[in-house]
Order: sequence, then C-alpha cells, then structure tokens
Amino acid sequence: MTALISLTGVNKYYGDYHALRDINLTINEGEFFSLLGPSGCGKTTLLRTIAGFEGVSEGVVVIGGKDMQGVPANMRPTNMVFQSYAIFPHLTVAENVAFGLRKKKDMDKAAKDLAVDEALTMVGLKGFGDRQAHALSGGQRQRVALARALILKPKVLLLDEPLSALDKKMREQMQVELMRLQRHVGITFILVTHDQEEALVMSDRIAVMFEGEIGQLADPETLYRRPNGRRVAEFIGKMNFLKANVTNVGDTIDVNVDGLGPCTIAAEQAPSGINLGEAAVGIRPETLAILFDGQTTDRETIAGTVDEVVYYGDMTYYDVRIDGVAETLNIAMKNLIGRPVLDVGAQTTVVWDARSLVLLP
Amino acid sequence: MISPPLIYAILMLAIPIGAIVLFSFWTQNFMDVDTTFTLNNYREIIEKPIYFALLQRSLFVSGTVTFVTVILAFPVAYFVSFHVPAHRKSLWLFLITIPFWTSYLIRVFLWKVILGYNGVVNTGLINVGLIDEPLTFILYNVNAVIITLAHAFAPFAILPIFVALEKIDRSLLEASEDLGESKLSTFFRVTLPLSMPGLVAAVLIVFIPTIGDYVTPELMGGAGGKLIANMIQTQFLALNNAPLGAALAIVAMLCVAAISLLFVFLNRRWLRGRS
Amino acid sequence: MSLRIYAIAYLIFLYAPIVLLPLFAFNDGTIIAFPLSGFTTKWFTALTDTKALHNAVQNSLFIAALTSVLSTILGVCAARAGAMYNFPLKRGIIGLVMLPLVLPEIIVAVSLLVVVVQMLHMSLSNWTVIAAHVLICTPFSIAILNGAFQNLDPSMEEAAMDLGESRWSAFRLVTLPLVMPGIISSLLIAFTISLDEFIIAFFLTGANPTMPVYIWGLLRFPGSLPIVMALGTILVGLSIILLTIAEILRRRGMARAGVKDKGSFL
Repeated sequence: MTALISLTGVNKYYGDYHALRDINLTINEGEFFSLLGPSGCGKTTLLRTIAGFEGVSEGVVVIGGKDMQGVPANMRPTNMVFQSYAIFPHLTVAENVAFGLRKKKDMDKAAKDLAVDEALTMVGLKGFGDRQAHALSGGQRQRVALARALILKPKVLLLDEPLSALDKKMREQMQVELMRLQRHVGITFILVTHDQEEALVMSDRIAVMFEGEIGQLADPETLYRRPNGRRVAEFIGKMNFLKANVTNVGDTIDVNVDGLGPCTIAAEQAPSGINLGEAAVGIRPETLAILFDGQTTDRETIAGTVDEVVYYGDMTYYDVRIDGVAETLNIAMKNLIGRPVLDVGAQTTVVWDARSLVLLP
Repeated sequence: MISPPLIYAILMLAIPIGAIVLFSFWTQNFMDVDTTFTLNNYREIIEKPIYFALLQRSLFVSGTVTFVTVILAFPVAYFVSFHVPAHRKSLWLFLITIPFWTSYLIRVFLWKVILGYNGVVNTGLINVGLIDEPLTFILYNVNAVIITLAHAFAPFAILPIFVALEKIDRSLLEASEDLGESKLSTFFRVTLPLSMPGLVAAVLIVFIPTIGDYVTPELMGGAGGKLIANMIQTQFLALNNAPLGAALAIVAMLCVAAISLLFVFLNRRWLRGRS
Repeated sequence: MSLRIYAIAYLIFLYAPIVLLPLFAFNDGTIIAFPLSGFTTKWFTALTDTKALHNAVQNSLFIAALTSVLSTILGVCAARAGAMYNFPLKRGIIGLVMLPLVLPEIIVAVSLLVVVVQMLHMSLSNWTVIAAHVLICTPFSIAILNGAFQNLDPSMEEAAMDLGESRWSAFRLVTLPLVMPGIISSLLIAFTISLDEFIIAFFLTGANPTMPVYIWGLLRFPGSLPIVMALGTILVGLSIILLTIAEILRRRGMARAGVKDKGSFL
C-alpha cells in the first residue's frame, strides 16, 4: 500500500472559529476512506481542503507526492461528487458527463463520445445521454454526478454526503453500487458522511471526527469493537456504559465493574497507557443476552428486571435493570423461533462475557 | 462583487443626499450660493403658513392614498394567492403589473380625460341619465389626485401582500379550522396576522414615494390640489432657490420617515400584544 | 366567487386609462372627450413629421439603452454577491443599494441636481439623466436577477471548477447560461422604466429633452393632445411587447433551471 494523500499539521480557521485542528492523516492508493462525524465536525471542510475549494491556514496537503499549496481545484487530480450533485440543469445528461472533457485537446469528438458512453454504462445509465438533466430522479442524478467525475480518471474521487438525499431503499442499493464501482475503477474514494452505518458498510478505514479533530482512525471492525473513547463509542452504534475501577494493569487488566463485579480484560480491549483507578466499561447491546427459561450458559450471569421492551420485528431491545447500577442495560435479542418476548417487570438473567467489554478512559 | 453597486450607490445616492442636507443650511444670493451655515431656510418653513399647509395636505393625501390603495389591493392579492390555480398565478400577476410599467405621464393624463368636465365618467353618467350636469368634484382637486395616485401605486401594494400570503403554510389554516375556528375567524386570527409583513411593506412602499410626486397634483390637482413636491420643484426650477427647496425636501423626508417608523413600531407592538 | 368579480373589476380599473388611449389616438377630433367622431390615422402621420419629437425619441432610446446595460451589470454584481457570499454589513449594503425603490423620486432628482449643477458646476445632459436612471433601475434589476441567482446551486460553479474549468470559464459555461433569461428580462425592464421615466428626467435633462419631458411640454397645448395620444399608444404597445418578452424569458429561464415558478419577478 502506498500513500496517495497525506495531510500534515493541517489547521483551518474561519476568523476565531477553529474548523480543523491539527489534522494528520495518510490515505492510501485504492482505499475506500470515510470521514465520519456529526454535522459541524469539520468533515466537509476537510474534504474541501483536499479538493482545493478551501485553503489551509496551517499545514501541508500532499496529493500524489506534490504539495497542493496554491494549486486550485481545477488543477488537482481530484474530482468531486457534490451533496446536491450540482448537475448542470441546462445541459443534457451526456453534456453533463462530457463537461470536463472540454479542455482535453488530445481527444477528438469520437473519442469523447466513446468515453461518455463508457462512463454512462459504468454507472448503469446507458442510453440516458439525451435526457434533460433536470428531468432525472435523485438516484439518476447521483449516477450522472459519478460518471461526470470519473470520466476524468482522477486519482481520488471525493464524495460529499452523496447518499443523504436518497430514500432508505435507494441508499442501501447505492451503497453496494458505490463499493462495486470503487473496486472496478480501483482509485481512492474519500466519502464524507454522518451516517455511521454507511461508513461501516463501505469503508476500508474510517476517520471519526469531532469538533475539527480526528477522534479515532481505524478500520470499521476496530472502530466498532474497540472505540478509543466514549465519544466514538456513543457515535457508532449503541453502547452501554458502566462505571469501573481498574485494580491491576499487567499483561491483562483487572477491573471491578459496577453491577457486574470483578473481571479480567485483555490488553487490546483497553486503551494503551491506562492507569489504575476510575474508568468506564462499554458493552454493546448484542454482546449481552437474556437467558430464557430452560437455557443454560457457561458464561457470567447476573439477575435483572425488564424495565422496557421495544419490539422491532427481527429484534427485540430490552432495557434491563440490575442491582447497583442507576442506568438500565440495553440488550438486543434476535427473535429466533420459539423465543418469547418478555413483558415489562419480568425477572430475568443477563448473560455477559468479559471478552466483549471495552475499557474506556 | 458587491463593491460596484455599492460604490455607485454611495456616489450617486449617499453623497448627493448628504449634499442636499448641507445645501439646506446655506442660502441663495441671486446667482451664487452663500455657504455660511444658517438655519434661515428652516426658520422660513416654520414661519410661513403656506409650507405647513402644503406639508399637511401632502401627508393627508399620501396617507389617504396609502389607506385606499392597500385596502383595495388586499382582496386582489388574497384572491390571486388563495383562489387562482397555481399555474395561472403568474399570468394574473403579469396582468396586474403591466399598467404599472406603462408611461406614468400618459396614465395620469388619461385620468384627466376620464374624470374631466367632458370626461368619460361625466358623459357616461349624463347619457345614462343619472346626472344632469357634469360632476365637478372629481377634477382639479385633492379627490382627483387621490384617485389617480391610488391607481398608479396599485401593483406596488398588491405584490408585497401577495408574497406574504403565498408564504403562509396552508396547513396552518386547516389546523385553525380543525381547532374549531370558522373560515372567517381563521382569516382574522391566522391569515391576517401572518400577512402583516406584506401589509407593512405595502404601506411603506406606497406611502413614502407618493410624497415625492408632483406630476399628478400638477395635472389633476388644480389650484387647491398642489402638494409639497410641487413647491420643491418650483423652488428648484422656477424660483431658483435650491437651498430652500433642499430644506423643504429634507423636512418632507423627515416627516415621512418619522410617520413610517411610528407605523412600523405601532404595528410591531400590536402584533406582540396579540401573541 | 364575489372575490373573483371584485378582482376582475379591479383589473378593469387598472386598465381603464390604457384602453382609452387607442380610442382617442384614432379619433378624428381635436378634443379628447366623448363622443368619438370618426376613425383617422392622421395623428400617427403627424408624429412622423415632428422633428423635435424625433430628437426626443433618439435621446430617450440612447438613455434607456445605456441605463439598461449599466443597471443590469450592477444588478448582476449585487445579486450574485447577495446570493452566494456573506460579507460584513450585508444587510446594510443591500439596503442602501435597494433604497431608491422606496425613496421618493424627487429626492433622487434634486440631490443629483444640487451636486451636478451647484457643486460640480457641470451642465445637465443625457449623462445626468443616465446616472439617475441607473440608480433607480438597479434595484429592479437586482430584484429580477435575485430570482435567477438564488435558484442557482452554489456548488454548480465549484463542480465546473472541479472538472477543470477556471473561475471565469466556470461562470461563463454554467452560471451565465442559467441566468441569461434573467439578464435579458432585467435589460428589458430597465429599458422600459428609463424610457417612461419623467419625474427625474424633468429635473436632470439637458438642452435636449427626453421623450416624456417632450410629452409634458405638449400637454400644455390642447391642440397637440391627439398627437400625445398617438405617441402614448405606440409607447404603451411597445412597453407591453417588451414586458411580455421579459416575462416569457423569465418563465423559460425558470423551466430551464428546473425550478417551480413562484410568480412574478418582484
């Protein structure tokens, strides 16, 4: 893997507002990279500094070995799919796709037409070339935007919330298509999104951003299983938090968890440099379980009372109260054959496992 | 991008207005201007009853024109916004604005033809037999001025009200009816308060410019229908007393501005008092 | 239903003076009053023989053409800045530029008169009229062009730059075609306003009067009134044609940009 884009010490100020705080980041060739975070976290600003629409206040942006300082957007080897798609409404689909070819003097008309056809075929819009752009549906506009950006064979495709304007079904379909497209063209994709599921599904690596800085940069599984802090843990998926006390740090870590009692956690489930004393423990709802009547387990158990039941069809989410803890534990159970849905107030046994605990500072 | 229009507005508007303010403190000496600071022009305006009478009449005419225009315009704006199908709205608006864009001078003159001694109204009424002698109270007086100005400023009043009405979320009206209000009380409790910004804009956009019109009073007003703008024009062009004219213009502007601000303020208080 | 009748009556009230215009223009009588006496086109023929009128028309056309171009350029600047950028004192600046929309025209007229004649000691000419007309037409141009620019997605130009175009060519290839109908309709409206404007022109016109100032002079002579009617008919007809073209272009522009028509340009 070779680095394609590197940002070193990038800061961005708008007057007093510190939009990007000391960003250091390397993005590899052929990687599907996501910038994930709540709105206002700076992810779009970061994308626009890579695209060249925003300058940096401090720091260096390097793309393909070249310092991008002073290089305008139209001279950078990046192309962008805009959140609004920015399809030119006065042009046809084919004219939109061919827009960037105007300056390609080495291509004749036939070569350009061919390239447009190929690009449209690639995004599944073969035969749509003569349509007027403003008559397209949301999904079709997005495909035109993709074809228009990819026809220039950029080293990097930048996608600014490209799926946020689509409905749920269309969004899921486009997620798969985007992944397939990225494998097909083999270039780096950088996706900006606020949807954690979207980022987890599509990305090779994800940078989670909060308030202008990168909170954690990791592959989706690490991010989900071992968030490095409460912010990341809360932003990605659901997580239960329990107060804990670290009693010993060695090859493994001994912790006394409120409500669950003492247990031992593997070192990779904890942030490096954890100290003795107060900490927190996170547990994903699906790594907890309810022990139904007649079942047995060799894992740890604890008694609880069902406080709330939320039935989702394929899943049921329980809030279960256990002794010694103020907040209830959220537990996700698959509705398998023969498994009952408990009522509020039912006495139950909660199953847990130290392997699924993650220690947070 | 904004600087060219801004520079133009400063050069052609802000500086000239500053200049007439300055000018109003100077005096005219036959052909040249005495640039010593003096309040004489303002003193003259206060002391001579003719100026006060003209100003009073001007404000009365502008106020009446505004009132009549806005009252007459509101139902039209309401009709176009609420009863005309969406695809016909721009046609209606177009029809309403066309007369506004045609030569003002000629329109005013045609009102003279309509309201005159042998005009359309009088000959029509005599032919029908409703009157024996031509009506004289409709030309060469304040009434004629008011009718003509109300006609000239009609689109100015309709458009802002229409825009405000268009912005009203129609489900608010349904919500009001759902909560037990009749169509009429919904109009007074929901539609009218929400259209208030448009009404205020309409009032200001009619009231302020009408004070500066001298064509209509000149053509339609006769001797008793002259207004402050005629006096300003006379001072500048006929009597060659620009400083006094400038002072008159400033006094007129200040009166209009004060009344407008008072109106906006009272309207805000009224709206706040309701909610 | 009663509202509809009222609205139609209102339209009749609005159009009453205009409808009378051609009646008297083709009426074979020197007195502008009913009853009409007979059909004639002699008043129109008389128009063609009046040398002074021709000069006035030429003046007015020159003034209107320059005014429309200048105020549209300023309007494009202001509308684009207003729609796309935020800058300090934005509301105040836009307010100042739009102020002539509500300012009594006589104020504009006398303030410019004072500056030009009393302070700069320059003589009045077509250029003083143009200066004032640009001032009062710019707010209308801005109002029309605002519609065109606000419908524009700001990322559209960025998309063009992202695809290799420079800042200027992005504007030329993307923004300009999309706002072109607005620009033409702004040109036409400003042209119409300037052509018909009297109150300011009367103060600022030089030795050669504009057409409305010339008409004003004619109004004092009862004998020339039928000619005024004929001239007015042509003017009103011309205005209606220009406005209709402006409206059609505006609608076409909206359709091209794929946005819903929200009514008039004001």
